[in-house]
Order: sequence, then structure tokens, then C-alpha cells
Amino acid sequence: MKKIVILAIVACAFPLAMHALDQGFYISFATRVLIYAMAAASLNLVLGYGGMVSFGHAAFFGAGAYIVGILTFEGVTSAWITWPAAVAVAALAALVIGALSLRTRGVYFIMITLAFAQMMYYIFVSMKAYGGDDGLSLPRRSSLGFGVDLRNDFAWYYVVLFLLMIILYLLHRLVHSRFGRVIEAIRENETRAAAIGYPVYRYRLACFVISGAIAGLAGALIANQTSYVSPAILHWVQSGTLMIMVILGGVGRFWGGPVGAAVLLTLEEVFSGSKLLGPYALHWQLPVGAILLAVVLFAPRGIAGAFAKRPQ
Amino acid sequence: MAVDGVTLEVAAGEVHALIGPNGAGKTTLIGQISGSVGADSGEIRFLDRDITRLPSHQRVAAGLARSYQITSIFKRFSVLENLALAVQARSGSSFSFWRPLAQEAALFDEARSIADQVGLSHKIASSGLSLAHGEQRALEVGLALATRPKLVLLDEPMAGMGPEDARRTIELIGRIRAQVTVLLVEHDMDAVFRLADRISVMVAGRLIATDSPEEIRMNEEVRKAYLGDELAA
Repeated sequence: MKKIVILAIVACAFPLAMHALDQGFYISFATRVLIYAMAAASLNLVLGYGGMVSFGHAAFFGAGAYIVGILTFEGVTSAWITWPAAVAVAALAALVIGALSLRTRGVYFIMITLAFAQMMYYIFVSMKAYGGDDGLSLPRRSSLGFGVDLRNDFAWYYVVLFLLMIILYLLHRLVHSRFGRVIEAIRENETRAAAIGYPVYRYRLACFVISGAIAGLAGALIANQTSYVSPAILHWVQSGTLMIMVILGGVGRFWGGPVGAAVLLTLEEVFSGSKLLGPYALHWQLPVGAILLAVVLFAPRGIAGAFAKRPQ
Repeated sequence: MAVDGVTLEVAAGEVHALIGPNGAGKTTLIGQISGSVGADSGEIRFLDRDITRLPSHQRVAAGLARSYQITSIFKRFSVLENLALAVQARSGSSFSFWRPLAQEAALFDEARSIADQVGLSHKIASSGLSLAHGEQRALEVGLALATRPKLVLLDEPMAGMGPEDARRTIELIGRIRAQVTVLLVEHDMDAVFRLADRISVMVAGRLIATDSPEEIRMNEEVRKAYLGDELAA
């Protein structure tokens, strides 16, 4: 609990400190980290807690982003409409994709979720009205009302932070509830979970939909963050990035998603900037890859796992 | 491992043993009764209800539970968590996302009493992984009992047990028989003849006899097919 309070204080103070240091860029960077923390946490729910290796999470993230993009393009800018719409559409997509893919197991599940995500990718590529391949620029960020202007980077940061804290709290409640115990039990031993009376498919699907909905909210935020959506956000590489964040942070660890997102994005930032590597920054994936490899080899439970007292 | 033309009737309140050589189809039959293995034809009735097409979880809700020949527990959960999970399955909805599970004292109280029943109260906080073989087998049976079944299918509960653990398991089945009907698959003939009210013998997917232990012991066909001279002495 103490750690969480400290973390919250640091997160709240961060933009003020950066502003004082005249490093405004990092506020925007930190907002991106918070959004990816939410997306990675949602993936960790299905992947880590539910044991469902979804390789198509970008579909829900991207669907959320595109819904905000399309609605804004069509002139609907109220966050009270566009964000819930993004969540609802992502949840619906997760319901349909989940209902079909959760009939398979193992490698087949990985492949079928990947295939669905790629299908979504091509659907958006073909939507010429909304930019097709080139993507869609958002004329402005969503409007929240109450005199809060999301174009202000401070206000935007705090809104994202607030939403992330709410989502993490909800997830924390969820993984410690009856439902959370059941999805972990299904991950541990599906056959036995069915044999003691749990309708496994229904629990998996519910978990998948909740996760998809949260990814959709993160998508809605990322569209606002960059004021731009393109099919790249639905590409399988994006699913892979989210998965790497979860693995890096700790699969099935509560803080796995957020930690992984923060570390991966920071590494990217450090190694892709020319300050550290000069002209070699072009090859930033190489050092980042080496670090990932080291984490997987030496801290197989992820960064959050390596610091946890209790093995889980 | 096919099951072919088997008509097996288990009477309420009895301990019914199912014996037969390896590969006779005993475990397949258990799977069909519990719902993890489908049946191509025929009918399974439980408490006057046709359950042939019912999914496993609904059969559990109706009061039918099984244990596994090859230990199938939640290895990374503690003994208490294992049992509480099984109790939870039949006590209210688990589509509950908000209330902390840890606050549900009733679940854990009942899990403790089941741990006590199967002789695991001293290991309540140990993970399934850290248990000795005999203790894992006891937890295996405990998981089935924790669902409060009316009929429990025990698939070789004494598999791989030493004499001490086997004795404890026999005692356990002796204790639970007052509350629950038992269909017992077991190779330990000492246990079978000690516990069973009736015995069915399965060979190559068919039932060749169902009778009282005394009659089964005398049955020529059974001796030839399975018991051999094991019990002649």
C-alpha cells in the first residue's frame, strides 16, 4: 500500500517536475507510457491471469482508436460519447472474436486471434473514406466539458492518469474476486476446473471481453494522444509489442503490464534518440532486443516478478 | 479403450466398485458419466434425469463429481485455495468481480472442514506442488468431495500409494459412504473387497458381471478374465 501511494505521488508530481525543468516533451512521453500501461494491463488479464495467449490484442486497441478517430472526423467530439463508444465497440469485437477463438486451444488460439486482428487491419486499410492506408488525422482531441481543455498537455496527462488509476483499481478488485480466482484456476487446470463445476468457456469469454473493453479505452486515449490513427495501430506488430511489454513486466503479475510498458517505451526512447548512440540510434532495436533477452533469461518471471517477495 | 454396450446401475447409498484389467475402459466410462468424454449411443441417467448430453459443469451442479486417476489438482494453489475453489463452484455465482474472495469466510471454513476430512488439515497452507504423493491423492479426492456430490466417481484413488496412505484412503471412503454414493475404480483388491457393496467387472469394454463381493469372488468367468488366482489363496 505504501508503495502504491508513493507511486501515485510520483506520477502526480511528474509533469510539474518536468515543467520546472523545462522538459515539457517528457510529459507527452509519460502520457504515452500511461496509455500503453493500460493496454498492457488489459492484455495481462487474459494472457497472465487467464492463460489465453491472445496474439490479436491490437484489434481491440485499434478498434477503440479508430472509433474515436471516425467519430471525431464525423464531428462527434464529446469524450462522453466517443470514449464509451470505443469501449463498447472493442468489447463487442472481443465478444465476437473471443466466442469463435476460445473454442480452440494453444497454438491454434494464438493463430486464430492473430488472424482476426489481421482481418481487422485489412478492413481499416480498405476504408478509403477514413484514410485507408494513410490513416486519419484528428482535427482535435475529444472534449471533456467542465472547462477541462484536453489540448493542454497537463490536463491531458492528469485525465489519462486518473483513468489508468481507475482501471488498475478495477483490475485489482477483479483479480482478487471470485471471478479472478476462477480464471486463474482455469489457467492452472482447465480440465479440473470443469470437473468441479465451472463452465470454463463462459468464464474465459467474459475475461476476454473485459480485457478487450479496457484495450478499447486505451485505444481511445492513444488516438487522442497522437491525434492520428492509422492501420498500423492494428498491425500484428502492435499485438507483439503489447505482448513483449507483458512478458518484460511479468506475466500474471499485477504490475506486469504497467512496468513492462514503462520499461519498453523508455528503452525505445533512450536507444532511438541520437544522444546516446549517435548515428547508430537507427539500430535501436538491437540493444533493446539484447535487454529483452537478458530479462527473459535472468528474470523469467519478469521485472515485477523479480522484485516480488511471494512467488505466484 | 472403447466402452461397448455397458449397462451399469449404481444404487443410491452404495459403494459400487468397478474393476477390470488395464485398458478395459473403466476410465473412459468414468469420463462418460462425468461428461468429459462423449457417448456415441446409449443413455446416462442420474437421479431420474437424462444427463447424456449435459456438459460437465451441469452434472457437477446436479451432484455428480469425479476424481482422477492421474492427479489433477491446482498445483500452484494452496490446499485451502484448492478446496475453497471447489466449494465456491456450488455456492453462489462466481461472476462476481468486486467483492474480495478473501472476505468470504464461509468458503474457507468449509474448505478447512474438508481438508480435515481428507486428513490434510496440517498442510492447509502448502501449495499442491509441495505435497507428497499420498497427500496429492488425498487432495484429489477432497476436490471431488468439496463439490458436495450425491454420487462421487473415484478413479483409482489409491494409485501409487504406499500401504499407510492406502489404509487412510480406505478409512476415508468408509467415512464418506454414509453421506455419498461411491463408484470406485480400483486395482487394490483388498480395498475393493473391504469397501464394496457390489462389484462390477469390466473386460474389453464390456461388463461381464455385477454382483456382491462374495459372488464375484466365486464367479468363474471373472476369475478367468481378471482376478486369476490372486484371490484363490
